[in-house]
Amino acid sequence: MWRIRCFEERVAKLHRSLQVHGLIHLSIGSEGVAAAVCGQLRDDDGVYSGHRAHGHALAKGAPMDRVMAELMGRSDGLCRGLGGSMHLVDRSIGFMGATGVVGGNLPLAAGDALASRLQGGDRVSVVFFGDGAVQAGHFNETVNLASLWELPLIFVCENNGFAEFTPRSAHTKVERVSDVVAPYDFERRTVDGSDAAAVWSAFGDYLERARGGGGEGGRGPFLLECLTHRRRGHYEGDQQGYRDEVAEAEWARLDPIARLQSLAVERGWLDEEAVGAPEREARAEVERAVEFGRGSPPLQPDAVAEAVYAS
Amino acid sequence: MTEATTTFVEAINGALARAMRDDERVIVLGEDVAEGGPYLATQGLAEEFGTQRVLNTPISEGAVCGVAIGAAQAGLKPVVEIMFIDFITLALDQLVNQAAKAHFMSGGQLSVPLVLRTQGGAGGRAGAQHSQSLEAWLTHIPGLKVVMPSTGADAAGLLASAIADPNPVVFVENKSLYYRREALPDDPEPIPLGEANWRRRGDDVTIVALSRMVGEALTAADRLAAEGIEADVIDPRTLVPLDLERIADSVRRTGRAVVAHEAVRHGGFGAELAARLQAAAFDYLDAPIQRVGAPFTPVPLSPSLEDAYRPHSDDVYAAARAAVRWAHEAEPVPITRSATDDRSPGARGR
Repeated sequence: MWRIRCFEERVAKLHRSLQVHGLIHLSIGSEGVAAAVCGQLRDDDGVYSGHRAHGHALAKGAPMDRVMAELMGRSDGLCRGLGGSMHLVDRSIGFMGATGVVGGNLPLAAGDALASRLQGGDRVSVVFFGDGAVQAGHFNETVNLASLWELPLIFVCENNGFAEFTPRSAHTKVERVSDVVAPYDFERRTVDGSDAAAVWSAFGDYLERARGGGGEGGRGPFLLECLTHRRRGHYEGDQQGYRDEVAEAEWARLDPIARLQSLAVERGWLDEEAVGAPEREARAEVERAVEFGRGSPPLQPDAVAEAVYAS
Repeated sequence: MTEATTTFVEAINGALARAMRDDERVIVLGEDVAEGGPYLATQGLAEEFGTQRVLNTPISEGAVCGVAIGAAQAGLKPVVEIMFIDFITLALDQLVNQAAKAHFMSGGQLSVPLVLRTQGGAGGRAGAQHSQSLEAWLTHIPGLKVVMPSTGADAAGLLASAIADPNPVVFVENKSLYYRREALPDDPEPIPLGEANWRRRGDDVTIVALSRMVGEALTAADRLAAEGIEADVIDPRTLVPLDLERIADSVRRTGRAVVAHEAVRHGGFGAELAARLQAAAFDYLDAPIQRVGAPFTPVPLSPSLEDAYRPHSDDVYAAARAAVRWAHEAEPVPITRSATDDRSPGARGR
């Protein structure tokens, strides 16, 4: 979680100094969901994400230096600098893609789950999306298909209460995403997304059942709605005139890292001394990633036309 | 086999069955495909390969296309059917924003070996939402390949290559060709994407025709031949990739060209062909390149209006004659409706 937090704080600075390019959407405030979900997956489980994807990619195992280089548009980036922040892919560890079109990733993940079924394995597919995607047609179409075909797919909604610049109440009468899928009669839950332990536990339960056992293959789908707080604007540069900043005391309650640290100290998993180590290590790793990115040249322009078609 | 016993749609059906037998990664999905679909292109596949590989879907073109892309990215080779090309509008986000760009945006990590079969074309008295020819949109998107077969043999051979291709291929059939019969070998050879087919040889004018208009061009060529005008008729068969060289070679030899398709002429693929040909053969051209296509209107329902709307051999004939006569006239020849009824937005109607 600290790796994601430190990475994104650094990305925000690099974006202001024009070293990171494009439309940058940060996930600060919802790191607990990425970590608790991806931390339980295997490399061959397929994950699809949306426009707010850095945390999911890192948590699934994409190397931080190559993620940073990708955001900087460099040839050693995950996608050779051709994708960018909203289009991270690391096929080698099952991070199958992110998309800048809200909701567009949902059917792709269902296709991943269909392939898993037909290939006879016990892979599980996971798709991350925001509450804004729920009002897109693809959401209903995909939920219907996934339930009809009982695909081993887990929908993970990060409900941060805002669809871009307006609150959920301005988009729909249905407050809870888990209620939207009620008629399809598959298992669904809403949890506090700032509580990483709660996300871990709820997702772990779904994962085990989606994977199945005894070689019979898993069954799904499941939907896990995680209520999160989006600490930053919709994108970097968003003036956020549409909402009030939360007070620091409130943020301490919403911050998934602070909460997990308190829990760890309280339960005796970590002593006060050790609590600071993950952050220190993460900040050092981020600086190494920045250096890696700076040292990598962009692709030569003549390589672009060669990259369009597979051969 | 020399008897004309196999229909175009049977050729498609046979090619699908062969691909599914040869490679268990090939699956077919779409509305009603397990029942064969409205044109029976997928008839018998569910019986032979099971409903795990021949999947009926709800009427959800966007998600179905997305599922096929996701499955392709995970290693399957889906052939998805969109019942009418008019409904491809509902799948364009997936096709254009996901399938076409996945290989590129992932820096080569992903590939999308997907075939999207669909059919278009007017003539069925089906109205403006079931009769369009929309291939030009698709040719505008880097990352997609676009195929338009004009015969059953080509359809079988090109479909085999499309399924084997690691890229997303849109395979556009024309419904009015579906029940034409022709002689077809039991096991047609794959035809590489990007190879134009020379259908007729002649030295006076080159006619480049797509899909249904290939047959119309051959009919026009016979009529022209009776008047001593010999036409080269070339079928590009795939629009992307395009075999420009073979077509340009012909135009450099004849000095005159007609491009013909059923789609609306305005912004149609014929415009791209004409632009590419004039650049490739400018010094050899003896006449402006003529374009044949539908007028700039939706497809009308009424049979008499639809028949008048739909380009046919007379239009190709008139355009070819205009191209040939051009050199013999001191003044520009006013040609067929192909030049005069392009009422694009903002233009005044006649």
